[in-house]
Amino acid sequence: MRHLLSTGDLSRDEATLILDTATELAQVGDRSVKKLPTLRGRTVVNLFYEDSTRTRTSFELAAKRLSADVINFSAKGSSVSKGESLKDTALTLQAMGADGVVIRHSASGAPHRLAGWVDGSVLNAGDGTHEHPTQALLDAFTMRSRLGRLEGLRVAVVGDILHSRVARSNVLLLTTLGAQVTLVAPPTLLPVSVYTWPCEVSYDLDEVLPKADVVMMLRVQAERMRDSFFPSVREYSRNYGLDGERLGRMPADAIVMHPGPMVRGMEISAEVADSPRCTVTEQVANGVSLRMAVLYLLLGGS
Amino acid sequence: MPENHGPYLIRGARPLGGDPVDLLFEDGTITAIGADLPAAQGTRIVAADGLIALPGLVDLHTHLREPGREDAETVASGSRAAAMGGYTAVHAMANTDPVADTAGVVEQVWRLGNEAGYCDVRPVGAVTVGLAGERLSEIGAMADSAAKVRVFSDDGVCVSDALLMRRALEYVKAFDGVIAQHAQEPRLTEGAQMNEGRVSDRLGLPGWPAVAEEAIIARDCLLAQHVGSRLHVCHVSTKGSVDIIRWAKERGCDVTAEVTPHHLILTDDLVESYDPVYKVNPPLRTAEDVQALREGLADGTIDIVATDHAPHPVEAKETEWSTAAMGMIGLETALGVVHKTMVETGLLTWEQVTDRMSAAPARIGRVDGHGRDLAVGEPANIVLYDPAAPVEVDGAAMVGKSGNTPFRGMTLPGRIIATFLRGVPTVLEGKIK
Repeated sequence: MRHLLSTGDLSRDEATLILDTATELAQVGDRSVKKLPTLRGRTVVNLFYEDSTRTRTSFELAAKRLSADVINFSAKGSSVSKGESLKDTALTLQAMGADGVVIRHSASGAPHRLAGWVDGSVLNAGDGTHEHPTQALLDAFTMRSRLGRLEGLRVAVVGDILHSRVARSNVLLLTTLGAQVTLVAPPTLLPVSVYTWPCEVSYDLDEVLPKADVVMMLRVQAERMRDSFFPSVREYSRNYGLDGERLGRMPADAIVMHPGPMVRGMEISAEVADSPRCTVTEQVANGVSLRMAVLYLLLGGS
Repeated sequence: MPENHGPYLIRGARPLGGDPVDLLFEDGTITAIGADLPAAQGTRIVAADGLIALPGLVDLHTHLREPGREDAETVASGSRAAAMGGYTAVHAMANTDPVADTAGVVEQVWRLGNEAGYCDVRPVGAVTVGLAGERLSEIGAMADSAAKVRVFSDDGVCVSDALLMRRALEYVKAFDGVIAQHAQEPRLTEGAQMNEGRVSDRLGLPGWPAVAEEAIIARDCLLAQHVGSRLHVCHVSTKGSVDIIRWAKERGCDVTAEVTPHHLILTDDLVESYDPVYKVNPPLRTAEDVQALREGLADGTIDIVATDHAPHPVEAKETEWSTAAMGMIGLETALGVVHKTMVETGLLTWEQVTDRMSAAPARIGRVDGHGRDLAVGEPANIVLYDPAAPVEVDGAAMVGKSGNTPFRGMTLPGRIIATFLRGVPTVLEGKIK
């Protein structure tokens, strides 16, 4: 593995290795000195074209726990806001000797382009509506930690699939790892060719809930309503929101996941969000370990 | 400007792929065709054994970028690229800056073409002022100008207002003009980046659905028939569009259609690289669409091949996919791609290629002196093509100003050896003059 651009590029063995490595590295977080010397002298650049304090901080913490030098390069207030192209930024980072570039970009495929311009490893930290591989990996890690397995696990992903990079990465990764994914959304929020994806599709959340080991809720932006993807927030919430009553219809040990940020009252009720069966904060904690694993495997070798 | 060197005698070329003959031309006109023609003193001989002779190609859809984007292409550089591709006449699209929506701009482009002297440049006039789709531009003035515009198009933008489209179709009847429609329903393609389907869904790029093209074509065919006017459909890209045009022709609609070389061979899975060299409008479609387009071109549903040659400077393509410019160059590779996709597959004869790339486009554009037979008394607009000289396409080796070819690295089966514009060589021995 040189880059991490898509979970579709990962074999089952590679994905499992990342999860196993994350399990080992998670123990570092439990120690009083939370630091390993593994990436000492290596430079990781966080290149964030979209604001995302959550993901950037997670990558920053992961790199620092491995003793890498971390540079945060945000689009605002930098040469990028003066019109510098992605290619020139890439060449600049290259000249500075970046060993790894973590990129978040609003354009799908920007990490692929970057990978063609730099020698270092490129980690996709979310590109447009394409993929968010480390999110899917930390989700799989969380499922495995909570439920003890991934093989045969029934995972429902609910919400704005069409615009979700989290959904794309999860469908590919979970399928590779042997889980069964069902996408749940109104037809307007599903891609037209979704029937060709390696998963099930349902328009009916209530039908899917009793058969799910994991229910992953995705954020739904209110602006989708203005573009007529659904008639109203209330109607969306009635049909596809997860509230206490629906939680009660899930199997007793099933968990609720959310990549955050949550919109309480839209796709998830406060009651569910604050329930012990909801793994949101656990996902955040796991995110650091998982990203340590990815950085270690991509940058630690040479 | 290329210079005339008196009479030329082409020895042993195969007109339209037929039996070898000699062709003699002088003062811009073919004067003799036959076996072993005598060469008078001062006649230049071109050995053409094994080469196919075709009438000069005519492109109905070229972006020459001047005025406004001379960094991408100029009328002169684009005409040289055209000559290199075997073209003797091209239609310069109207989406320049300023837009070609007045007699002044079309005359400027026409004059620049004449001054360059590599091919006849026929300006296309904008249908609406500034391509804004709000009111008709001075179509009549452009038709009456020295440029004698006959093809009108807002290419790049669809004339989506049905009433405005109807008026435009009606108006050009007065001087036998044609509206060349860029069929793209705007609401269905807001923010669209590539063909909507499996690949776009996986790549997370907003889709450009086939229906957005097909719905406009169906509407325009019905409109054209209702008002008894001529419609030309630009760059047809989907199977459904071919079906609709076939249906429209059967019911008597006076519609013609073009397909680009890239839509005859490339598919949307190339976008998986996120390399914007494959970004074009309309987008690359599926293998099923490619097959339907080839069949449509073979059976005459699609009348012509037009390049949609769209040069862009390097920086417009060395970006993220979504910010990159749409379009690819095509003049210098068109005949090779048609050879590969249509002749080598047995779908078209060279005689039919001549129709699709020379005679029919000249007829649609009402271009005098082009698209004629290779016969005594006809203008000496001639291409010599070597069908057995495979070449690997190289963007850096293009004669035009920009190198954004999607065929780079691909081997095409043949190459242009010579192009003559009214007897004057613009390309000789495979090199631009």
